[in-house]
Amino acid sequence: MTPALAFNDLTLGYDRLPAVQKLQADIAEGSLTAVVGPNGAGKSTLLKGVTGALAPLQGKVEFGALNRDDIAYLPQQSDIDRAFPLSVVDLVAMGLWREIGPFGWLGRKQRGRVEAAISSVGLTGLESRPIGSLSGGQMQRALFARLLLQDARLVLLDEPFTAIDARTMADLIAVVRNWHREGRTVLAVLHDAETVRAHFPETLMLARELVAHGPTEQVMTAENQFRARQMCEACAGPPHVCGREVA
Amino acid sequence: MIWDLIFQPFADFGFMRRALLGCFAVSLGATPVGVFLMLRRMSLTGDAMAHAILPGAAVGFLVAGLSLGAMTIGGLIAGMAVALLSGLVTRVTALREDASLAAFYLISLALGVLIVSTRGSNVDLMHVLFGTVLALNDAALILLCSIASLSILTLSVLFRPLVLECADPQFLRSVSKLSAVTHFVFLSLVVLNLVGGFHALGTLMAVGIMILPAAAARFWATGIGGLIFVAVAVAFFSSLSGLLLSYHFSLPSGPAIILVAGIVYAVSLVLGPAGGLIAQVLPRGPVQN
Repeated sequence: MTPALAFNDLTLGYDRLPAVQKLQADIAEGSLTAVVGPNGAGKSTLLKGVTGALAPLQGKVEFGALNRDDIAYLPQQSDIDRAFPLSVVDLVAMGLWREIGPFGWLGRKQRGRVEAAISSVGLTGLESRPIGSLSGGQMQRALFARLLLQDARLVLLDEPFTAIDARTMADLIAVVRNWHREGRTVLAVLHDAETVRAHFPETLMLARELVAHGPTEQVMTAENQFRARQMCEACAGPPHVCGREVA
Repeated sequence: MIWDLIFQPFADFGFMRRALLGCFAVSLGATPVGVFLMLRRMSLTGDAMAHAILPGAAVGFLVAGLSLGAMTIGGLIAGMAVALLSGLVTRVTALREDASLAAFYLISLALGVLIVSTRGSNVDLMHVLFGTVLALNDAALILLCSIASLSILTLSVLFRPLVLECADPQFLRSVSKLSAVTHFVFLSLVVLNLVGGFHALGTLMAVGIMILPAAAARFWATGIGGLIFVAVAVAFFSSLSGLLLSYHFSLPSGPAIILVAGIVYAVSLVLGPAGGLIAQVLPRGPVQN
């Protein structure tokens, strides 16, 4: 089976300082993969590399049957201006951008789909609320509704369950599992080991370099986690002393 | 009585009617742009841009005298150069937009002051700085109305990408290549409206009609449409009242218009239901859904 994504000797970084080094891994089409690792392991950087926001310093990201237009990406929440006067409906409807573009009309059919997406994340009744008045959990639900409408074959989530309540998390995990059932490829940066073990069949463990990749129970071992922490501590100084040679 | 106060000046004097039309045109064009400047937390960018176009207008004035065309083109060139260069520096280097913009507008301003001072002081140059709203000729009125029309049309076409660029630029970049285009077209609108505004209100006052009504509207409306509507209404009211004040009390009209807008802002700050001082202090029950 051709992979949805292949990281081929991929090195990503900022100001020529690598944050992800020589990563070699295939993400299978339709897989549900957790990306885990200590702080500073390059998890968010990896997602930015996939979206194309960050160009590789070396190597490349190869897409199988997909291309960059098939990606929906949920960054860490801090990037949205919550003070901007948008309603929940406005925010969620942005998910239809690829369909209606900058000028297209939002027809009755599309409005129906926006409503359906809002209801499937449990926000019915809050459609006209300004996004500034939403709680952290409600905001995350709204962003998931937008992702639903993007209808993408590859979904990238960056710490989607951080700082939200348990019930919201359960609801949103159900959304993610549903994407998995529909055959979409999902790559999610996660912190909580329990969540990963309970819901994510595949795990990719990073500590700048690849630690392990495969079925979650084989990757999420105490030994691997210890090794990842050690590798990252070794990298805690200036990056050029890190591990192997840097080009 | 009311007739004498409000309608007589416009009925009797053609220059007052022209001034009112000119100010309304500036209000229609510049105020919605100001609303977006405010929403993007770029209110001070308008001020910087107003300084940036000043030397261009001054050069045009020195080359061709009090010529509408030369001053407009000079202002546009200076403003666009500063906008493009600072945008370019921001996207290519590590410098943030506020710092790169400040650097370029200060250079532009210093250059302008230098050029002006080599030619000695000139009373007519005060017209550039403070506007000539009571002496707008046909060509100037046509220019102001054209800029307002172009500005409104462009904003309507660009509305959706612009809202996204303001609220969630990362999302816009992830789904479309319009982010950079939107940003530069928007900055061009800022420059265009300031250049139009300086014919009526002067380079320094033009930014006032852009920003003050938008800031006042923030205390009355919460949606984007409401903000634009209230801001334009405030700008119209300020134009009318400012012109009348300047007529009845022999005040310079540009500052009078901006000061009325300033008073409306101060009143909104206190009384406005959307986050005004009184609304913040008064205890209110929860909204019943």
